[in-house]
Amino acid sequence: MQKLQLLQNQYNPTSDDIFYHIVQAPPDPIFGIANAYKADTSSTKIDLGVGAYRTDEEKPYVFEIIKKLEKEIVNDPTLNKEYLPIEGLADFNKGCQKLMFGQNSPLIASGQIVTAQCLGGTGALRVGFEFVKRHIPGDVYVSKPTWSNHNQVIERAGLNQFEYPYFEPKTKGFNCAGTIECLSQARMGSIVLLHVCAHNPTGVDPTENEWLQIADVCKKRRLVPFFDCAYQGFASGCIEKDVFAVRKFAELGFQMIVAQSFSKNMGLYNERVGAVHIVTSNKDISARVLSNLKIVIRTICSNPPAIGARIAAKILTDEKNFNAWVEELKTVTGRIIKMRTLLKQELDNLKVPGNWDHITRQTGFFTFTGLTPEQCDLLTKQYHVYLLRSGRMSMAGITSKNVRYLAESIKAVVQKK
Amino acid sequence: MHCLKVIRNFSLWSSVPLGSLDPMSGIVAQFNADNCPQKVNLGVNTYRDNNGNPVVLESVIKAMQIIREKNLDNEYPPIEGLQSFIDAAIKLGYGDKYYEKNSKNIAGCQVLSGTGAIRLGFELLNKFVPPETKVLVPIPTQTLHPTIAKMAGLQSQEYRYFDPTTRQVDFQGLFQDLYTAPNGSIVLFHACSHNPTGCDLELHQWEQLLDLTKKKDLLPFFDMTYQGFTSGDMDKDAYAIRLFTEAGMPIILGQSFDQNMGLSGQRIGCLSLVCSNEKEREIVNSQLNLIARSLWSCPPVHGARIAETVLNNPKIYQLWLKEVRLMAQRIQNMRYSFTKALKELGSPHDWSYLSKQFGLYSLTGIGQLQINELMEKYHIYLLENGGISIAGLNDNNIKYVAMAFHEVTKNTQI
Repeated sequence: MQKLQLLQNQYNPTSDDIFYHIVQAPPDPIFGIANAYKADTSSTKIDLGVGAYRTDEEKPYVFEIIKKLEKEIVNDPTLNKEYLPIEGLADFNKGCQKLMFGQNSPLIASGQIVTAQCLGGTGALRVGFEFVKRHIPGDVYVSKPTWSNHNQVIERAGLNQFEYPYFEPKTKGFNCAGTIECLSQARMGSIVLLHVCAHNPTGVDPTENEWLQIADVCKKRRLVPFFDCAYQGFASGCIEKDVFAVRKFAELGFQMIVAQSFSKNMGLYNERVGAVHIVTSNKDISARVLSNLKIVIRTICSNPPAIGARIAAKILTDEKNFNAWVEELKTVTGRIIKMRTLLKQELDNLKVPGNWDHITRQTGFFTFTGLTPEQCDLLTKQYHVYLLRSGRMSMAGITSKNVRYLAESIKAVVQKK
Repeated sequence: MHCLKVIRNFSLWSSVPLGSLDPMSGIVAQFNADNCPQKVNLGVNTYRDNNGNPVVLESVIKAMQIIREKNLDNEYPPIEGLQSFIDAAIKLGYGDKYYEKNSKNIAGCQVLSGTGAIRLGFELLNKFVPPETKVLVPIPTQTLHPTIAKMAGLQSQEYRYFDPTTRQVDFQGLFQDLYTAPNGSIVLFHACSHNPTGCDLELHQWEQLLDLTKKKDLLPFFDMTYQGFTSGDMDKDAYAIRLFTEAGMPIILGQSFDQNMGLSGQRIGCLSLVCSNEKEREIVNSQLNLIARSLWSCPPVHGARIAETVLNNPKIYQLWLKEVRLMAQRIQNMRYSFTKALKELGSPHDWSYLSKQFGLYSLTGIGQLQINELMEKYHIYLLENGGISIAGLNDNNIKYVAMAFHEVTKNTQI
């Protein structure tokens, strides 16, 4: 009787039953772990889940330069506190272009880069893919594995997705041959989602030579590169080097899309600071592209939030601020690299079975440990170490104080039969 | 290994047509370029004080002071945003009484102002309502609403709202259009200060719509951008929400703090849905989170912290209520003064409708020729549709604007 009621109600909902048939959505794989960590009362708990930087005291870190600039902005009575244009703050957008494509990129001067401020990396991806759906719809190729939210964004934008075999579990490195092979079978005009550097979750990046090979297959198959750049500054330690792929593809004449995030490298996680760039062939087309990009943005949030972009703009367009930022960023990335070294040392000292070279070989926030989902579950349940079930560990959550406990916990789960 | 340069002769984007521009942006650009000292911007989309300046509320400044002293970090908020803000916004929107009894049944999520509320709300609905379900939108409405519906995958259909001859709500037309719409339709209502007409429904009209909603199982989606800004009273402005929810109707509510807190640059809003019980609320929240994750991952925090502080700090809250009342009063005064000035000039037209309308906007019915003349001869800028933003009027310019309006309309029909 109740089931019948349910079926009846499904297409004829009464005012009592509008949401009756809505099912519980699973918790987000990443935010869900953050929540579980927060709820854990153990004194030995370690948060290696969400990609957010922590100091050696396990505290969140606000860049000094950010603090200073935020104060200036908030206290400036001359600043307009009202709606930004749909495409965001002009200074910010210009600054983003220079950081991504190079101060003197001819594409900037020629008006071939269309830029719009977006809601962090996610916002830039969503806007980019919504634009793709409307104007150059094609299949999207994503790396296997990739950041979990990529798949969701692409799906919500109404596009099909396929995987290219990015990570080679045997070598724990980039599977160049497999990637090229897969992309060479892709339908012409497909879109390829590429991580610019510090690949999430594997920490493994193509070499410069391998990037050229990817460019080659993209050219041959007329694939549209869609770059996701969330970790500029975190891979090689050099801001310019980290965006080699984007600059090289630009130099090679590709028309493409780039999503850029300042959540991590400016620590502006909560103010949703990002940008989407679309590289076109001339500035007349740029104007048309911008007008359509604005429609996509307008229907999501009307216009983006101001404070984060103002702070970022002050960094990107002022040499002194920029240098101060780069210095602080070096400290942050330096600590992460140090933790990689420490963890490897501890694992070696404890003679934990397996080859752990990848911990220091991989770059950026994350390490793809190679731990199985079951091992990860055990690590969390028994040892209160929080990481993704894929084996992805955020190195930014390791400290000199917890690294030994972490190594011991890893040893315990690896050795458990 | 060398790659041949990709020739950029072909353009990936060549089939992209020129998108239609925002009706607002053209005016702003022209106004900014105008050097005439007497120029008046009647297309302004945020509140202006009596000197024509944007306002940063004292309550907001005080709130920011408190926040600064807390020395907070920049960590990711949860996907749904700041819970303390969500709770406070819901309380304001639904009223203390209803909130006390029913807060456990109200699903809520922090969003990017009113637009974000509509987008997230429509995406949720698109996922779960029967495929043929339409969103009914008033004519006219903020141009965005039908476009957002489309982007979210929903079909929209118009219902009559404004009678251009009486310049009041065409209630008969409205009622008929809702009556003949399919059962189970989603209906977008402007809670108060209808944008762009300024015409709001009267209490007895809302009551009739409540009856109709019940009969036809309509799903009311209230867009409340101007709570407090309309009459000066928070509860009065949210009358429709109070009426529907007290009667047990599950509604969807989108709230914005762009105007009543002057936080337009920070994009702070709240989307809420009245559910049957706590379990359902949990389920709906989980779905809101799932969708929000792929739109923006989590909302920006700066504005939420300010709004939350204003709403939860008793002293600052009282100050804020006072400030909003003053803003609403100034707008109303300008409406009366403008009507009066035109009457005193001997205008052949009846401008009294302006005094009977609410909020920032009114549609004047002025034609394109007059709009152009106002712009070219008098340097007064209207919206493309002949709408005016009352916030652009003040004691310094009102006589001049009235004179200009009189001059361009005295020999015409409007």
